[in-house]
Amino acid sequence: MRMNARRLLRGIALVSALTLGATACGGSDDSAAEQKPVSAKDIDAALKKGGTLKVWAWEPTLKKVAADFEKEHPKVKVDLVNAGTNADQYKALQNAIAAKKGVPDVAQIEYYALGEYALTKALDKLAPYGADKLAGKYSPGPWNSVKSGKDVYALPMDSGPMAMFYNKKVFDKYKLKVPTTWDEYVKTARDLHKANPKAYITADVGEGGTATSMLWQAGSRPYKVDGTKVKIDFSDAGAEKYTDTWQKLLDDKLIAPITGWTDDWYKGLGDGTIATLTTGAWMPANFVSGVKDASGDWRVAPLPQWTEGDTTTAENGGSSLALPTLGKHKELAYAFAEYANAGKGVQTRIKEGAFPATTADLESDAFQNTAFPYFGGQKANKIFAESAANVGRGWSYLPYQVYANSIFNDTVGKAYVSGTKLADGLKAWQDASVKYGEEQGFTVEK
Amino acid sequence: MTTLQPPAAVKRRPAPPPAKRDRRSWSGWGFIGPFVVVFAFVFLAPIAYSIYLSLFRDQLIGGTTFVGLDNYQQALQDDRFWQSLARVSLFLAVQVPIMLGIALLVALALDSGRLYGRDFFRISIFLPYAVPAVVATLMWGFMYGTRFGLVSDINDALGTSLPNPLSPDLVLASIGNIVTWEFVGYNMLIFYSALRVIPHSLYEAAEIDGAGQIRVITAIKLPAIRGALVIATIFSIIGTFQLFNEPNILQKLAPNSITTDYTPNFYTYSLSFSGQQHNYSATVAIIMGLITMVIAYVVQLRGMRKGA
Repeated sequence: MRMNARRLLRGIALVSALTLGATACGGSDDSAAEQKPVSAKDIDAALKKGGTLKVWAWEPTLKKVAADFEKEHPKVKVDLVNAGTNADQYKALQNAIAAKKGVPDVAQIEYYALGEYALTKALDKLAPYGADKLAGKYSPGPWNSVKSGKDVYALPMDSGPMAMFYNKKVFDKYKLKVPTTWDEYVKTARDLHKANPKAYITADVGEGGTATSMLWQAGSRPYKVDGTKVKIDFSDAGAEKYTDTWQKLLDDKLIAPITGWTDDWYKGLGDGTIATLTTGAWMPANFVSGVKDASGDWRVAPLPQWTEGDTTTAENGGSSLALPTLGKHKELAYAFAEYANAGKGVQTRIKEGAFPATTADLESDAFQNTAFPYFGGQKANKIFAESAANVGRGWSYLPYQVYANSIFNDTVGKAYVSGTKLADGLKAWQDASVKYGEEQGFTVEK
Repeated sequence: MTTLQPPAAVKRRPAPPPAKRDRRSWSGWGFIGPFVVVFAFVFLAPIAYSIYLSLFRDQLIGGTTFVGLDNYQQALQDDRFWQSLARVSLFLAVQVPIMLGIALLVALALDSGRLYGRDFFRISIFLPYAVPAVVATLMWGFMYGTRFGLVSDINDALGTSLPNPLSPDLVLASIGNIVTWEFVGYNMLIFYSALRVIPHSLYEAAEIDGAGQIRVITAIKLPAIRGALVIATIFSIIGTFQLFNEPNILQKLAPNSITTDYTPNFYTYSLSFSGQQHNYSATVAIIMGLITMVIAYVVQLRGMRKGA
């Protein structure tokens, strides 16, 4: 019997060795050869030939764009899939790329996440398709965001110059002045919470994207990236300005501990619990769909400033369309991305409430004079466009910002729920980001 | 089995045994073959693949390299891993006894035959187990809400200020509450069915000897269901070490209370899906699997030995 058991084991070992061998074969890495240029003629030919284009995006206005695109090119079918919003979609996309299977032809990728994909050569360079000619069409902020070094890796779809949304009804009720500086903002927060202990100036439980945008506006430049060399430092003067102010709000419990995009959050925006929201210009469409009850209550104001009379702003969010290297139908993919982000699609998307990245549209009278019924007829685009023009220069994200943001709450989040100071939280975030960078083979300077 | 040889063959060619090795009977393999193939591909291959993965490191810069046991060395010194393990161990030490205790009490009550509406109670206590863990956690998550949930309603109605169940200090207990709610019924059913197979003659004998209910429980019922208790304990240990759904869902509601390395399983998930560290994640998973196996085995050995 013992003999048998040993033989059985040997058999099992053999079979598992075989399967192991089979699974191990998938590991060979064939990095893409130098891309061949694709001419406009090639693209036309591909459009005439047709095919099914797989697009992964969560941006709602693309639905109409895809339908229009299909109408214009009857042989092309656009298979628009919502594979999750931001981080969820990146997980799916990374998995598809790692498995070399089911990779979409076009993927929506936010600016802060592009670096990682460009670095790992997961995206096609777009200059060979003729994208470099589009440089003049875009405002410099978004255009720089889709570049890594000299190469263009995506076409900007929208942008998120920041502004302050505020609930005018609440401000009127408690006779509050709309703050123009962050000091005033803190004072307003105190006055409001004193007048109504159930009302808060804003809701925040700590979120990497928001925090980095705040740091950006405050003049902090914590990330310096040069190829594979990275420097992370949250100890500059800008970061100090941010932590000082936000610490006051946290210490006095003036910020509602409500997580963004939850039911509580939407309710809070609707019923006056949350009085302001500082975020990107892509927000209005979300107000219209998510906070219907408060239609007419909200208005838009310029972002509060760190120095009185200043106009510096920052970007929050904003995404692009990119062509994963492993996708198929390259010509169709590029044609679609260009149609949606630089062609006729832009107007369609503006009509549906998107905020464009193309200068001609941003500066057009029609765009600037659009009245938002939700904001009581306010011409909010003027404020957004002005913000777009005043975005602080020289910001860059980490090449692994998606991961860094995923551990924001592990580190900085402590400052929101315990006695940890925000500045110490940032330091912990810095250390964890440095550690990860080193593990991933970056040369990290502290 | 190996000594079995067709007698006819022996008769016809008795003398030379040169190809002795080749003359082994393979008919046994024919029977076990289908099982071995499925077992190898479904059970062994994934483990083998994880072990294979754990010997490499894939970096954003530099690609994949063979690193031998480096990942294991790193994992053994990884504070985040050990903290998560300590957290589930605490959970195990507190929640599992409570859950199994309640389940046992309920099973004994149902089995006592003195309960009115026994079937109703049995079904309703089992019902939470039929609710998918994801749904159960979402449901409890809403109830835990201090702003719009049940907790806030209680606070408003009674003028109290209950502590936030999702705060960092309480969230582990809150998860324990959800898990207990989910699994009391399941464990109760295991105990109850074990109780049902105890021969009634034992009870009658006990009654004749003048034993009370408590005595019956300690002298007959508990010893008789020892096997079921050990099994339920082992299931609970494994379940605890694999805690994932509850923290994963509650994290969306309380991102600062539940870190991305809250439980070992959640840590491997974050490593793999947010951090792209598939190799290291496989390493942590293997170490965790080994630890779980050892603890479950020890419990089984101890539990069974006492029973013998």
